[in-house]
Parts: sequence; structure tokens; C-alpha cells
Amino acid sequence: MRTSAVKSLILPAKIENLHGCIDFVAACAAGQGFGKRRISEIRLALEEVLVNIINYAYSDRPETGDIEIACRRTGENALEIEIIDSGAPFDMLASKEPDTEAEIPDRQIGGLGIFFVKQIMNGIRYAREGGRNKLTLTAESAGQLSA
Amino acid sequence: MEINSEKIRNCVVVSVKGKIDAVTSPDFEKSLSELIGKGEKIIVMDLGSLEYISSAGLRSILATAKHLKPIDGKLLFAGLQGPVKDVFRISGFASIFQIFDSRDEALQQL
Repeated sequence: MRTSAVKSLILPAKIENLHGCIDFVAACAAGQGFGKRRISEIRLALEEVLVNIINYAYSDRPETGDIEIACRRTGENALEIEIIDSGAPFDMLASKEPDTEAEIPDRQIGGLGIFFVKQIMNGIRYAREGGRNKLTLTAESAGQLSA
Repeated sequence: MEINSEKIRNCVVVSVKGKIDAVTSPDFEKSLSELIGKGEKIIVMDLGSLEYISSAGLRSILATAKHLKPIDGKLLFAGLQGPVKDVFRISGFASIFQIFDSRDEALQQL
């Protein structure tokens, strides 16, 4: 069995690091030969996960903590993306589905980002381990959003 | 992100180029609320050169639509491409807003 290399990155959970984190994962996906359209979907899912961490994970702490990201190849040709923070417990899998049919006056945006992550990723696992949130996303190479 | 606006008859066409994400959406939303503040009520958003939009961008669009509602304003969209079209579709925005293939087609409706 071939062992696959793990690439990882640790940055403070700040909005100025959002693009750096997303570019890192996009480069991992490109390195695995994923197409442009699929990489754009993965960028979107990553933004939604990371912005949640940046805005909320450390909001009750005096100091902002880090975001750790690790990417590795898994299965046939899937990309496994592990995102870890040591902030407030948050399980996106337990979040309520948004109403995507409500008219403008009743429309809420809350939950839409998480809904995108669920649509884009082929697998999502969450664990709270040792005071840390560990979210493991699995992306296969085929696009999920295109009609 | 680059935003250009052009006054055409009774409406303003806003063209957005690049990406509307959590970093750029505050500027995007501010540009739109400034236009509404100046008295614009009909906005045609030309997204033909927009490559990417996240839920942060949708939040700004929804906030703008909610500002326009009580003043009988209108918000129309034109030229959605690839990933932006996908995001409008899965979020349900494609069914709550009027979307046209081109800006000319949108302008003809007004």
C-alpha cells in the first residue's frame, strides 16, 4: 500500500488568513489533478467552514486561536481535508437545514453556508477531541453542484 | 473584486468582476446601499464577469433586496456564469429573484 503524504498548515483564525487557507487546500486539490470547477466548489466549502471558525470559534476568548488544516489523498482519488480549531464546540452536522424556498422578506441566510458544505462534500465527520473541534471533509474529484 | 455602475434610463446597472466572498462582501454591500441612498430604486446586477460568490455575498444581496422592498425598488440579475449560477440555484436565489441571460434582456423588462 502506498502511503500518502500529508500536507498541513497552521494559521491564526483571522479573516486576513482566509485566502491563504483556501489557497492551500486548492493547491492540494490541484496537485491531485482535480478540475477547475471542482476546485471552485471546494474553495466555496472551505470559505464557509473557515469563516464560521474565524467569526465564532474564539469569540468568547480574549485571544484568537489557530486553525489547523491537513490535506491528504484517500481512497481511489479523493482528498481528505481535516480542519481543527480549539474554540467553542461546534458540530455543523447538527445544524438546522435552511429554508431555500422562503420569499425575500422571510429569507434568512443563516445556515446557508453549512448547507453548501453538505452539498459539495462527499463526506463530513465531526469529533470533539481534547477540547478541539475536528472536522474531516472528504471530496471526490467529480463536481457536485453542476446541473 | 471590481464594481462599476452605469446609469441607464431609470435604472443603474452594477457590474461586479472577480469574487464576492467574506472579505469583499462588506464593500459590495456598501456600494449598493450608497446607490440606494442616492435614490436609485432599480438595480440590474450584471454578474457576467463574477467568478465566485459565497454565502457572505448572498447575505449582501438579500440585505439589498430587503432595503429595496419598502421603497418599491427592483433587483434584477443578468449573465450568471458557472459557479455563480450553481450557487444561485442550490440556495434557491434563482427562484426568488428575476434572472436574465444578458443585461440587455434584463433592461428590456423594465
